[in-house]
Amino acid sequence: MNFLVCISRTPDTTSKITFEADSRKLKEDGLVFILNPYDEWYALVKAIELKEKFGGQVDVIHVGNSNAEVVMRKALAIGADAAFRIDIEPDSSWEVAKYISDFAKTKAYDLILLGKETIDHNGSETGAMVAEFMDLPYISYCNKLDIDGTKATIAREIEGGTETSEVNLPFVLSAAKGLAEQRIPNMKGIMDAKKKPLDIIAVDKLGSDLELVRFELPPVKSGVKMLAVDDMDALIKILHEEAKVI
Amino acid sequence: MVLVYIEIHQGEIKKSGLEAICFAAQIAKLKSSPLTALVLSNSDSLAGLGNYGVQNVLVANQNIDGSDSQNLCALISQVAEKNQANYIVLSNSSIGKSVAGRLAVRLNRPLVSGVNTILEEGGKLIFRKSVYSGKASAYYTSKNDKAIIALSPNSISPSKSGDSNATVSSVEIAVQPSKIKLLDRNLVKGKIPLAEADTVVSAGRGMKEPGNWGMIEELADLIGASTACSRPVADIGWRPHHEHVGQTGIAIKPNLYIAIGISGAIQHLAGVNSSRKIIVINKDPEAPFFKAADYGICGDLFEVVPKLNEAIRKFKSSNS
Repeated sequence: MNFLVCISRTPDTTSKITFEADSRKLKEDGLVFILNPYDEWYALVKAIELKEKFGGQVDVIHVGNSNAEVVMRKALAIGADAAFRIDIEPDSSWEVAKYISDFAKTKAYDLILLGKETIDHNGSETGAMVAEFMDLPYISYCNKLDIDGTKATIAREIEGGTETSEVNLPFVLSAAKGLAEQRIPNMKGIMDAKKKPLDIIAVDKLGSDLELVRFELPPVKSGVKMLAVDDMDALIKILHEEAKVI
Repeated sequence: MVLVYIEIHQGEIKKSGLEAICFAAQIAKLKSSPLTALVLSNSDSLAGLGNYGVQNVLVANQNIDGSDSQNLCALISQVAEKNQANYIVLSNSSIGKSVAGRLAVRLNRPLVSGVNTILEEGGKLIFRKSVYSGKASAYYTSKNDKAIIALSPNSISPSKSGDSNATVSSVEIAVQPSKIKLLDRNLVKGKIPLAEADTVVSAGRGMKEPGNWGMIEELADLIGASTACSRPVADIGWRPHHEHVGQTGIAIKPNLYIAIGISGAIQHLAGVNSSRKIIVINKDPEAPFFKAADYGICGDLFEVVPKLNEAIRKFKSSNS
């Protein structure tokens, strides 16, 4: 069984976000970049678990420049077999999805996995786009997956509840908490990762009709107003007049 | 024209659906263009959408389940093409997220998801969304004045803009048999889904044990809030997983978020820092949550919360 895991590189959750002078690009100096947690903890580890069970190959793919090779090596250290980097800086998730699906069409994957969203753009867009480019079913926010032959049973989170469904391979899924448990790469994994293939694929820039106008930092909070511990009148006033909940 | 897809749940238009309509009405107004709403099932309230700026409501009379994004995409894209819809608006719900990306590919136009505001600059429509887990905003526009917009829940307050009925008609679209077989759908009854809640009361490890949640539920009942929790208490099983808000759980943006006994780790803040007002109750003056709060009470929650509940009850009885 062959798996493709789409991985993204994002600033660490604790990063202080600032932008370049033109307000159109993230200032990367001093930031720590990580493998997007949902791609790593849930999508990648689930693919590795399935490979361990059924045999086959786990490929990871990333669309972006060579800065991402550190996190791609980490994916290999965790247990992916081969990595592919589409060597272009994308401007939209549409482009990312187009490059990934063009690549995936040249292979025969049984399952394409990615995290439920990246922690930078929080878009949750790419999975549905890859599925559409490849004319495959798409199941988002999966927190449980069992495969039996060519049939998959999936549980997923929806607003205010859960849903269980059945779909035949191949399909695209986005991974949420619960699908797998994070794996820390061990020394052998890290050593092996250095010998695993990391192929670079040259492509032409596609462009996109989406235009980023600017980024903006939110107004600085005026600071917390501390209330005395027994001042219920002040709290009631806030709940009644400001929040209007009573 | 502008097309808005709205979700119907048990015969009722979802709150997020009404928000999507009002947002789409803003686009329609700026573009001086008519607004059409598309739904999967009939509801008594459809004609009344005229009051919110909708001229036509199309009811798809095929048996399509919203969670099958392939068929939903086929439906929305065919309606959009037939009616030359430049802007398509939907809610950034689990259904909306699954279909929005497909529509962007099928109709070859940009997608802006998680949008919370629209503005007009130099004749262009600009859409704002929250990025970096609420630490920044990004503004996008479409170069060809066509786009798919997925609206973040709780971004706007729906209000009536007129007093007229929309025409309701059915639409017939050919779709393939679904490739996804739904086995079971389990919805928590009688509660507003957290992502759509206006008011949220949330508690964490400071509660000491699961048996102490009575006062949190009481507070939530008193102010009409949904209950939520931090990751650790969901992980150890004190509270159900669907209540977990934060980076790996649900991201919320209520008007009011009350955090009780939660220290405010950055991963928690990432899921709640878009809340309009935050009140934090914590006995640790160094709790990082205070820095992200509008109001803070540094005290023992086992004293503060019962006292607050009592004060709310008193307030309510003297104002009823």
